[in-house]
Amino acid sequence: MTMFLITAVTVLIFLVIFQIAKASEYAAILKGEEKSRKETNKINGFLMVVFLVLGLFGVWYCNKLLFNKTLLAHDSASVEGARVDSMLWVTLAVTGIVFIATQILLFWFSYKYQESETRKSHYFAHSTKLELIWTIIPAITLTILVVIGLRNWFLFTGEPPKNAMVVEVTGKQFGWIFRYPGKDATFGKKYYKQIDNASNSLGIIWDDQLSHDDLVMEQTMYLIKGRPVKLIIGSRDVVHDVGLPHFRMKMDAVPGIPTTLWFTPKYTTKEMKEITGNPNFQYEISCDQMCGNGHYSMKGVIEVLDQEEYDAKMVGQKPYYYSAFPDKDPSNAKPAADTAAKIIAKL
Amino acid sequence: MSNEAVLHAPAAAGSLDHGHGEHHEHHHHETFISKYVFSMDHKMIAKQFLITGMVWAVLGGLMSVLFRLQLGYPDSTFPWLEDLLGKWAAGGKISPEAYYALVTTHGTVLVFFVLTAGLSGTFSNFLIPLQVGARDMASPFMNMLSYWFFFAASIVMLSSMFVETGPFSGGWTAYPPLSALGDASPGSKTGMDLWLIAMALFVVSQLLAGLNYISTILNMRTKGMSMTRLPLTMWALFFTAVLGVLSFPVLLSGFILLIFDRNFGTSFYLSDIFINGVGALPNEGGSAILYQHLFWFLGHPEVYIILLPAMGIASEVMSVNARKPIFGYMAMVASMFSIAILAFLVWAHHMFVTGLNPFLGSVFVLLTLLIAVPSAIKVFNWLTTLWRGNIRFTPGMLFAIGFVSLFISGGLTGIWLGNSALDIHLHDTYFVIAHFHIVMGVASMFGMFAGIYHWFPKMYGRFMNNTIAYIHFWVTLAGAYMIFWPMHYQGLAGMPRRYYDYSVWESFKQFAELNQFISLVAMIVFAMQLLFLFNFFYSIFKGRKVTTENPWGSNSLEWTTPINPGHGNWVGEIPEVHRWPYDYGKDGKDHIPQTTPVGADESHH
Repeated sequence: MTMFLITAVTVLIFLVIFQIAKASEYAAILKGEEKSRKETNKINGFLMVVFLVLGLFGVWYCNKLLFNKTLLAHDSASVEGARVDSMLWVTLAVTGIVFIATQILLFWFSYKYQESETRKSHYFAHSTKLELIWTIIPAITLTILVVIGLRNWFLFTGEPPKNAMVVEVTGKQFGWIFRYPGKDATFGKKYYKQIDNASNSLGIIWDDQLSHDDLVMEQTMYLIKGRPVKLIIGSRDVVHDVGLPHFRMKMDAVPGIPTTLWFTPKYTTKEMKEITGNPNFQYEISCDQMCGNGHYSMKGVIEVLDQEEYDAKMVGQKPYYYSAFPDKDPSNAKPAADTAAKIIAKL
Repeated sequence: MSNEAVLHAPAAAGSLDHGHGEHHEHHHHETFISKYVFSMDHKMIAKQFLITGMVWAVLGGLMSVLFRLQLGYPDSTFPWLEDLLGKWAAGGKISPEAYYALVTTHGTVLVFFVLTAGLSGTFSNFLIPLQVGARDMASPFMNMLSYWFFFAASIVMLSSMFVETGPFSGGWTAYPPLSALGDASPGSKTGMDLWLIAMALFVVSQLLAGLNYISTILNMRTKGMSMTRLPLTMWALFFTAVLGVLSFPVLLSGFILLIFDRNFGTSFYLSDIFINGVGALPNEGGSAILYQHLFWFLGHPEVYIILLPAMGIASEVMSVNARKPIFGYMAMVASMFSIAILAFLVWAHHMFVTGLNPFLGSVFVLLTLLIAVPSAIKVFNWLTTLWRGNIRFTPGMLFAIGFVSLFISGGLTGIWLGNSALDIHLHDTYFVIAHFHIVMGVASMFGMFAGIYHWFPKMYGRFMNNTIAYIHFWVTLAGAYMIFWPMHYQGLAGMPRRYYDYSVWESFKQFAELNQFISLVAMIVFAMQLLFLFNFFYSIFKGRKVTTENPWGSNSLEWTTPINPGHGNWVGEIPEVHRWPYDYGKDGKDHIPQTTPVGADESHH
């Protein structure tokens, strides 16, 4: 019913516009086409200024309404992200000035130089001087932006600091798997043909003993405040993307080609709850590369903790090896503690 | 006096040319089929491209309205949607499958079928012979084929919407492995096969068309029409055709490898894949990134294939209606030339976050931001063209001014995204959607509207209704900004594109009201385009008749043809050209057509 009403109203508006349009055409002919053309020319000239003023007001108003809903309302949650933000402000300043200046010129010139019988157009075909000015000034400005950008770019894509922890992130339709290297700080090898959804979601090669202390978790990744983290990113099926809006970073997850990304978390999740004033705040990982029909639900969470909280969290985690081979787990094999100890010693 | 008589009274005496063929040297008998269907007249082919493009624009636009319904009203159901889409909107709510299919088809159709075929297909065909002074294209037959390949592509694409597993739904860029594996997404089954066939046919169409445009502009200019006397539309369409001819084959090669991976068990793009419910695939050693390189090697020039014709049209329309020469003609040509060259050297800026070698990335940053220089030159030259002009706000002129405004707004955000260290934050967010819809989508649409309003009298011998045109312009301009401007803010909140529902995301759910607002405006703007279409088709039959050969007081050659030019364009000899096309307001004269010889006492510019 509402649909019918909306359609009816739309058709009605169309009819009204059409009738007005037709009537104005007849009126124009009766009044003299030239005369009515000049009248509408004035109206459109006036609308140019109206649009300029309302448009600039709209830009201001839109900013007022929406600014606090963006990430810029709060500090970046990573040390590197702060550099993204400051670069963003510089770029905004440059492009903002150009935007306002050129839009004002465009609509103001349109208004000011609208057709008038008293004016002849000025034959002005070219001026090498002017053209040089607006070649050189943009070129210099852009060079500055490129320099700022590339310095950041090489920092972001360069080697992480030595003390960085390493987490492996694997995307799959539609979720994230995280792997920590465990005590030996080295990942065991993996091969995708070993993948088995029940007991080996990453295809870890158990023969590689480095894998035996690897921790595997889904859904939530735990990081330490102030400790740089290097993510080694991969995918099990299609291209995904690890989107970290609060840290101002993202990187694709490509099957067969590992990628990396590093950053330094600056605030714990708890601190961010206070900073944003949102008790439900969490660092979300959004998949930013179209990956299928569940793309919009491919969510992961990062929990940034203090060192102590992190240590407490990790102590309770069991290596993935034990969930694949419960009989090898010392806590399951209490009666035969001896043998388990021997096996572990052997490993 | 009846309305019809009021409208057409002055025309009665002036209609010198009825139909065509009468004054033409060669009398050929035309049937309905040879005149309207398998026509070899470039003007008719242009109209075929235009009207097919319009059909696609309505379909593509309607798709965006449908998925905007989901985004704006995620909790509502619309029973009529089930009537329209059947199982794809069971219970009146669009399913994720349908949502992604709509998004994907909207992108493909708008980029390729509307803004490539509909824009450069229309205006290259229509304007090239008329403005260079030729009777038709170099090969009218190839030209006809190019339309019919496009038509076949359209039919195949349309048919993909009716297959059981749905049309392709992996995004218009069709990245493998998603697009290669039917098991990863139902849309990648038959729907993707049809998508690939349609796109292959489309590439053939573009190559036939492009080669024709290039050879016509280079070889068939009339006497005196040196390259530097060409209107800027010709330069723009020339560079467009060159870009297309050099880059579309690369896209096709990428598609062929994809077809092999899909159907013949090769591993060009596939490696290390485990699909839930299927298990590990045998493919190893391929690179999913290779496809992205091949795709964007066309994909980026494609942006300029879309934008350059709009730039050319805006330049021409602006100069005519400011009654002033275009400022810096040679700078305009040079900047288009450098844009065309740079278009080939920046494709990887779409791939900054794919794990691209950082050094390679830095080279692409530099080259990408370099494009801002010729773009800035063009903007300042347009502004100077308006300065001290005597501006007539014809509908075409309004859209040309709107084009410049949108080009500035959308172009400036390109400086953000082209800088990889910012892109690492903004990539694939709504910021990108805002950027490319404004600079490539809406701006090029505005160029297209400017062209349609400006050359409609030449196409159909009648004018479109001005009042509707003015309403169309102001509502569309304001609406376009209201839709896409706030999306920058969504992007600055990190909101990813191509999400069916944001309500479960703590970081992105704050925009529910805004999404509703955007959807509402999108519907109004869409309705406004239907009004434009009504105006277009109504005016073909009932518009005010054109009574003089040169209604806009324009210098270029197309306005020296009869009001309704026949096949062959000019009656008798093709006119000779003596000057550039932008002598407006020179030596106190309002305008001096290109066919006027240079006077002895004329000043040099």
